Amino acid sequence: MSVPRLLDAGEAALVVEFGNTVDPTLNDRVLALDEALAADPPQGLRERVPTYRSLMLHYDPLVLDRARLVDHVLRLTGSAAARTGAATLWTLPCCYDAPHGEDVAELAGRAGLSAEAVVAQHAAATYRVYMYGFAPGFAYLGGLPEDLAVARRASPRPPHPRNAVVVGGGLAAVATVPMPTGWYVVGATPSRLYAPERAESFFVEAGDAIRFEPVDAATFDALVTREASGEPVARRGLAT
Amino acid sequence: MSVLIIEAAGPGITLQDGGRHGYLRYGFTAAGPMDPLMHATANRAAGNTLDAAAIEISTGGVTVGVEGGPLGLALASTGFRIALDGEPLPPAVALTLEPGRSLVVRAGDTGSWGYLAVQGRLDLAPVLSSLATHTRSSVGGLDGRGLAAGDRIPVADGRPGERAPHRLVAPWLDRAPDTVRVVLGPQDDYFAPDQVAAFLGGPWTVSPRGDRMACFLDGTPLKHARGHDIVSDGVAMGAIQVPGNGLPIVLMADRQSTGGYPKIATVIGPDLGRLAQVRGGAQIAFRAVSIADAVAARRGEVKVLCSPAAREPVVRTDFAPDFLLGLNLVDGVTDGRPWEHTHW
Repeated sequence: MSVPRLLDAGEAALVVEFGNTVDPTLNDRVLALDEALAADPPQGLRERVPTYRSLMLHYDPLVLDRARLVDHVLRLTGSAAARTGAATLWTLPCCYDAPHGEDVAELAGRAGLSAEAVVAQHAAATYRVYMYGFAPGFAYLGGLPEDLAVARRASPRPPHPRNAVVVGGGLAAVATVPMPTGWYVVGATPSRLYAPERAESFFVEAGDAIRFEPVDAATFDALVTREASGEPVARRGLAT
Repeated sequence: MSVLIIEAAGPGITLQDGGRHGYLRYGFTAAGPMDPLMHATANRAAGNTLDAAAIEISTGGVTVGVEGGPLGLALASTGFRIALDGEPLPPAVALTLEPGRSLVVRAGDTGSWGYLAVQGRLDLAPVLSSLATHTRSSVGGLDGRGLAAGDRIPVADGRPGERAPHRLVAPWLDRAPDTVRVVLGPQDDYFAPDQVAAFLGGPWTVSPRGDRMACFLDGTPLKHARGHDIVSDGVAMGAIQVPGNGLPIVLMADRQSTGGYPKIATVIGPDLGRLAQVRGGAQIAFRAVSIADAVAARRGEVKVLCSPAAREPVVRTDFAPDFLLGLNLVDGVTDGRPWEHTHW
């Protein structure tokens, strides 16, 4: 297996780069090192940020010398080629109906499909959580059916509501924080991938899998209430 | 309990502590001060931990008062105009604010950010163990937003400082703004050597449209050797990304945690504040240094911040001509409140 490239991002961050494509095998190597460092962290390592194809390590260079960090990383990449922890499959309720699936018709037009086919294909797929980025709890999901892989809009649409389920550029995402976006809003989930006041503010880890289970608007509203009361509506494992 | 009253506030005034660390892997940026060294300097002068929550003051300026008892304050800035009930004070100053009086902080000719620390603890509910405000995700500080007139910030364990204002001795805040040190990479190999040289030499003009998220640079656009899209990877504070138009963007405290443009270089930690303080329209260049040099600069910062906080009484050191003309004799110097007529 190839040795990762080590790139400095200033004197307090090191990028361990395994490749430069969006690929599950590559992402597994990133997550294997992430896991190994979580189990055996050198003193002075502050944060680990997994991405599609690299792991960024933020460190305190007054505590952890770069050379020592590099030795530690190379030792672990030599021994920890595969992930040992099991990825969790999460089922998130998703309402594709009005008023939540704002852009389903537009996306259907772009993809040359019916609105029903867009929803059916989106809900049938199992997605891989590659990484977080962009905003708190914004999860980038791979595994979007090819028929739904349309380019993002050239100019952003107005801000979407919280916890929008979006697609764009061949990827899917859950967009937790309202923002203008070039992605297409196909629905909304009552599940909060990010809830700062919750004891476990984030519960989905990079490497986990996600499926979306269609619910109607009335069920969505009921689930929002349940989620707000502190009872999580995301379920571990497949929908029953 | 003392309460700090925001009597007036321009845009971009937020509460910032040392940052909300540990959540980058969930897409959550740390926020924290734009000028970490100046923020720590204010906290040190107030007798707080260096990463305590303080008010970050933009060029929009702020006016504060206090209720419930006199409260010690430490203000760190370079070039801001400070006045206590109309009496000018130095830009870096420790003072005691009494109920009924107002401290006015306004932008001067230089500097983009100042920090106001209280002798005590800003008593607000932290989010994920931090008071750092990230307005884009409406988190931290006061309801996740910038401060506004009428805001009241409770202060726990508030205490008065020395009665007379004292100038903070912090020469390390006087940083030459023209050259910012960087470590090349992580994607400097996306640029030919002549473009890396052009990047370093600039000169680049700092755009006035910068904010807590990014510092935009104008100049001769850089050419990419291998395209301007990369598969997203992590972004450190100070990362300098070069998007398709070739104009560098330095990603600052409120940046996103990941990004998809090549990053030609990264500003070293000790120079983040130096860059943040540069006002729109000013010109800068970059100088590449080694990791070892950057770490040595960090050690230097720790050394000054660990030294005892020095301060000196505010005395008249500069006589403005209009002041001298209006003076009959020198008896004005001996009125017992020498800071009252000081011109800085």
